[in-house]
Amino acid sequence: MASHEGAPSVQAVLSGKRGRRIREAAIRGALFACAAASTLVTVGVVLVLLGETVAFFREVSIGEFLTSTRWEPMFQEQHFGVLPLLVGSVLVAGGAGVIALPLGLMTAIFLSEYSGPRLRKVLKPVLEVLAGIPTVVYGYFALTFVTPLLRTVFPQTDVFNAASASIVVGIMIIPTVSSLSEDALRAVPNALREGAYGLGATKLEVATRVVVPGALSGIIASFILAISRAVGETMAVTIAAGNLPNLTLNPLESIQTMTAFIVQASLGDTPQGTLAFRTLFAVAMTLFLITLAMNILSQWILARFREEYQ
Amino acid sequence: MTPRTSAAAVAAALLLSACGGDAGNAGSGSLGGSVVIDGSSTVFPVAEAVAEEFQIANPNVRITVGFSGSGGGFERFCGGETDISNASRPINDRERAECAANGIQFSEITVAWDGLSVVVNPANDFVECLTVQELRRIWQPTSTVRTWRDVRPSWPAEAIRLYGPGTDSGTFDYFTETINGESGASRPDFQASEDDNILVQGVAGDRYALGYFGYAYYSENADRLKLVAVDGGSGCVLPADETIEDGTYTPLARPLFIYVKHAALARPEVRAYVEFLLTEAPAIVPSTGYHALSEAEYQQGLAEIAEAAGGAG
Repeated sequence: MASHEGAPSVQAVLSGKRGRRIREAAIRGALFACAAASTLVTVGVVLVLLGETVAFFREVSIGEFLTSTRWEPMFQEQHFGVLPLLVGSVLVAGGAGVIALPLGLMTAIFLSEYSGPRLRKVLKPVLEVLAGIPTVVYGYFALTFVTPLLRTVFPQTDVFNAASASIVVGIMIIPTVSSLSEDALRAVPNALREGAYGLGATKLEVATRVVVPGALSGIIASFILAISRAVGETMAVTIAAGNLPNLTLNPLESIQTMTAFIVQASLGDTPQGTLAFRTLFAVAMTLFLITLAMNILSQWILARFREEYQ
Repeated sequence: MTPRTSAAAVAAALLLSACGGDAGNAGSGSLGGSVVIDGSSTVFPVAEAVAEEFQIANPNVRITVGFSGSGGGFERFCGGETDISNASRPINDRERAECAANGIQFSEITVAWDGLSVVVNPANDFVECLTVQELRRIWQPTSTVRTWRDVRPSWPAEAIRLYGPGTDSGTFDYFTETINGESGASRPDFQASEDDNILVQGVAGDRYALGYFGYAYYSENADRLKLVAVDGGSGCVLPADETIEDGTYTPLARPLFIYVKHAALARPEVRAYVEFLLTEAPAIVPSTGYHALSEAEYQQGLAEIAEAAGGAG
């Protein structure tokens, strides 16, 4: 390969002190591109959602969307009130929270305050297994095991009902609550515990009066994250909770959550560009805004109420 | 053995085993390739049974059968994604236009007759027969029926739980057109699913439930469901081979179709599958619970396929 006299070859450029700076800059650029890619994807998703949602609200008033109690977008006489779906999602997430938050917190307290290192080494992986079970398996478990069980206790339970979906989603998010809460509890310095013991407190008093209040911001943040995960849960509710938009607070009835509606609509033949198609995006946007709000709230709580220990 | 040698040995073994796979297979078929089928969940049992038999004779052909619903199937078919579309209702004008716009030529072949079945829970001891007017009163868009007593005063005042196919289903289109007078016109507050097995589960589990779907799903679950006779104006009739054949089960007896893409018929495996379906239909269709057509009608289907295949391109 001919090279002009005095012009450096690529090899020469990339070695040596100047070359090192160029190499470092290139690596920095590549890593930045990777980070930027994920940000760009998020921005892209939001833009697509926003575009179709705006098109949707040109035809349907926001008032009707937020206040009407009838969700019938696919039938001849269309109604676009998102409340039944919203209440369905809230019902399932709320029920899941009732199960997961106390159980998760108590598990975390046990793991951090009471259990020895050997027991912890066994329990933590088992909890991770619970988190690793595919959600579709949870849904099937709800339909074939939890619902019959519920029907023996409450015979008026529907075949597809919100309660069994809540129960399995609750079981599913226990690991989220317990591992994040446990991290928060462990972060409380031992000095506080020792001080309380020194004053004659029992183990329970130390755990509940000293450690938990000290880790409160982290615990609440874990609660909010777990609930937002429950709101976004799709497969378990699609299988177990039903496909009937129903504005009710009775967990024994069939309902339809926002996520289940998105599944139902996207599996079908709704032609692109029609109003029925845009309902998908409107509901997805609602879901996105809810989980976004919860994430921001949990970040804010973490930042605002964090105890700074010296 | 050094690690490098053993890695090479493993790789060689894998390569060799991959080579040996296709040669000398048991089945008589030398056909390979794939057939992609989607569409009606009602026709699905037929398509699946035929695919199973076909794959025994031709193990190298990969057949996939989906059940997105007649509407969903047509969307994929007219988009060029599938070779055959199953349908429990005829293709409509919008879908025809879409296919034409994408250059998809097809043949419509009737493969069976279905007695669309209305079912209730076996523990339901008061419903034996429903008239078409009662069905309309229950299912029409402006329906005010909430309890069984609203249908007939002698029935209990228990809430009716309704289960039915979703809006993408051909069964939904057909039922609403026949009972309510317009395709797609239905009350909205029922458990909807394109998967008829979910409907079976719902009706079987709910004492005061009422549902409708293709007869094959009833016959597969006859021990968990109770069939309701339908009175189309001349008495209560249960769906059965005889009543579909002689036309007394009205108005819910309906033809089931497959739509075959002409371009796909150029592929021998697709043509072989369709011809296999039409030749074996008299045996396979009744086993799924549907009513088979006459031999002559299947021969006509075969002739149509031969013509389409000959003229393809």
